[in-house]
Amino acid sequence: MTKKRIQLEQITGRLSRRAMLGGAATAVVALVQTASGKTIQQGVSISELLPDDPTKQIGTLAGEVGTRSAFEKVVKKPSDISSRSPLQDFYGIITPSDLHFERHHAGVPAIDPAKHELLIHGLVDKPLVFTVEDLKRFPSVSRIAFLECSGNFRSGKETMSPQDICGLTSQSEWTGVKLSTLFREAGVKSNATWFLAEGSDAAVMTRSIPVKKGWDDAIVAYAQNGEALRPEQGYPVRLFLPGWEGNTSVKWLRRIELSDQPFMTREETSKYTEPIKGAEPVRRSDGPGKYRQFSFDIDARSIITFPAYPKTVEKGWIEIRGIAWSGRGKVARVEVSTDAGKSWQLATLQEPILDKAHTAFRYVWNWNGVETEILSRVTDETGYLQPTLNQLFAARGDTISYHFNPITAWRIKSDGSVLFKPEP
Amino acid sequence: MNLYSLWLPGAFLLVMLTSRFQTIGEDRRTSPIAKVDTLPTHFGFGRPATAAEIARLDIDVRPDGKGLPAGEGQVLTGKQIFAAKCAACHGTGGVDGPNGSLVTTTNPGRKRPEKTIGNYWPYATTVFDYIRRAMPFSQPGSLTNDEVYHLTAYLLQANGIIDEKTVINAQTLPRVVMPAQKLFVPDDRKGGSEIK
Ligand code: HEC
Repeated sequence: MTKKRIQLEQITGRLSRRAMLGGAATAVVALVQTASGKTIQQGVSISELLPDDPTKQIGTLAGEVGTRSAFEKVVKKPSDISSRSPLQDFYGIITPSDLHFERHHAGVPAIDPAKHELLIHGLVDKPLVFTVEDLKRFPSVSRIAFLECSGNFRSGKETMSPQDICGLTSQSEWTGVKLSTLFREAGVKSNATWFLAEGSDAAVMTRSIPVKKGWDDAIVAYAQNGEALRPEQGYPVRLFLPGWEGNTSVKWLRRIELSDQPFMTREETSKYTEPIKGAEPVRRSDGPGKYRQFSFDIDARSIITFPAYPKTVEKGWIEIRGIAWSGRGKVARVEVSTDAGKSWQLATLQEPILDKAHTAFRYVWNWNGVETEILSRVTDETGYLQPTLNQLFAARGDTISYHFNPITAWRIKSDGSVLFKPEP
Repeated sequence: MNLYSLWLPGAFLLVMLTSRFQTIGEDRRTSPIAKVDTLPTHFGFGRPATAAEIARLDIDVRPDGKGLPAGEGQVLTGKQIFAAKCAACHGTGGVDGPNGSLVTTTNPGRKRPEKTIGNYWPYATTVFDYIRRAMPFSQPGSLTNDEVYHLTAYLLQANGIIDEKTVINAQTLPRVVMPAQKLFVPDDRKGGSEIK
């Protein structure tokens, strides 16, 4: 566990030195007073911090920053290139900023906000440079929306949690300046059809974006959930494109270049392109087919996050819970099946149901204790119904690639254990 | 949404032609009663970018060759640089390295061919752009323009796209036609009932 310093003056006096050196695992680092009266940092276990009766002892004093309860072990799952959000541990629709998924191509850069600048140039009347402070002076906008990596699908074994299967999606309230405001400021020329967004990380990440998206709803964001962006999310400035595949929302944004054609960067040619049904054979093993490029919209998706592996359930009333979202608008409805997809019932949607946003759903179910499968499927306001994995294979060939959003099934076994059911 | 985005650039032109202060109905799209904000077209924030600072940052290369610097590359020189600076991660000759192959092979043992520059990259200019901005992974941005041209020439030759004598520079690189270009189609998903 990462050591966190929390102020505990009020109770440290009562912690005996012996207790602090005791065998219990270190839970937190507290400021403690030694026998000689010196204040030092020391690891203490949860049980040592717990009074027998919290009403009989003054608690911790007010601190500079809040901390997560030492009893809550919610963590992302990192790999070399990404880190997945623990969807099964969340309540509601806002992802705590420190648990927002991460995906970067050459690590998280350390950037001094006082030195960071955003250049906008190319097909504009006036090429301009903005400091972060300049950007904050413009009229601001906030919106709650999801951000999902288009490579957000894992499968293959039963012991997978929602985090393992699709933890590369998160939701925040993003605040910044509309890109259209900056477009007007610089005077984007009428022949500009694309723009390049470039990051200030070691990958110097670049994507080409249609200018229309810039006029429509793109945000140059400097804040997330009420505070400055987290470094992992692009501090001090990122692009945010609601509803579009995460890679296009370029982080650590340093440059925007207006152009009359796409730049064909590596991330929109070699990567973030996927096989589709084309003129040539669909089955990739027979040779190359066609590949789809500039697949920006995130197709609608839902997943039950409770009950789900590794949690277990008991016979009786169970509130099935999950999230649903679409990159093309609002969630119109979510259906839940508790009989392996034979029949479907409408789930209750929790307000607010926002455009291009994770929407919470729930369905109360009385489980009779007999083994079954539970599933959810979303329909968005365009009428798109979340497909099965086999429908995706039929449409795109037998390779799992970007933009895979299949229905997720959970097996509830009679002993109450819950297992992911990968489609064959 | 369509109307809105068509309307905005139009409004912008109008604003340019008339006065500095023009009413822009920012919220017409969402609000039933048009909210009238008086927003200036220009706030005067930020500062003009100088040609020198644009040149320092403007490292991208487009398929038509715009952005390619002076200099040129030879296949054989590129081969040597590749062995010294790239092969540890991308394999000898660009095949089977720990960080992926860059050169196409017809390996019958594989279920499907690995995607590489030779069979999957639609534009040759991307090779130059990407190597210059991001490689070698452990020392990004450390290569000279000439080194990038040499490496680009070598990788195109190793993939059977150009011959050993072809010199790669700002004129020749955009003219290289990549075998994979015909494989790519634009996204046509539109929502609705069809699964694509
Ligand atoms: C330390 C290991 C390392 C070294 C050295 C290295 N690379 Fe890479 N290379 C990588 C990694 C990792 C990636 C994938 C990066 C990503 O996906 O963001 C990559 C990706 C690439 C790609 C894109 C491959 C594709 O199909 O999309 C090219 C081209 C490339 N490298 C060329 C080079 C060249 C040329 C050199 C030598 C100058 C080099 N690399 C040196 C690790 C390395």
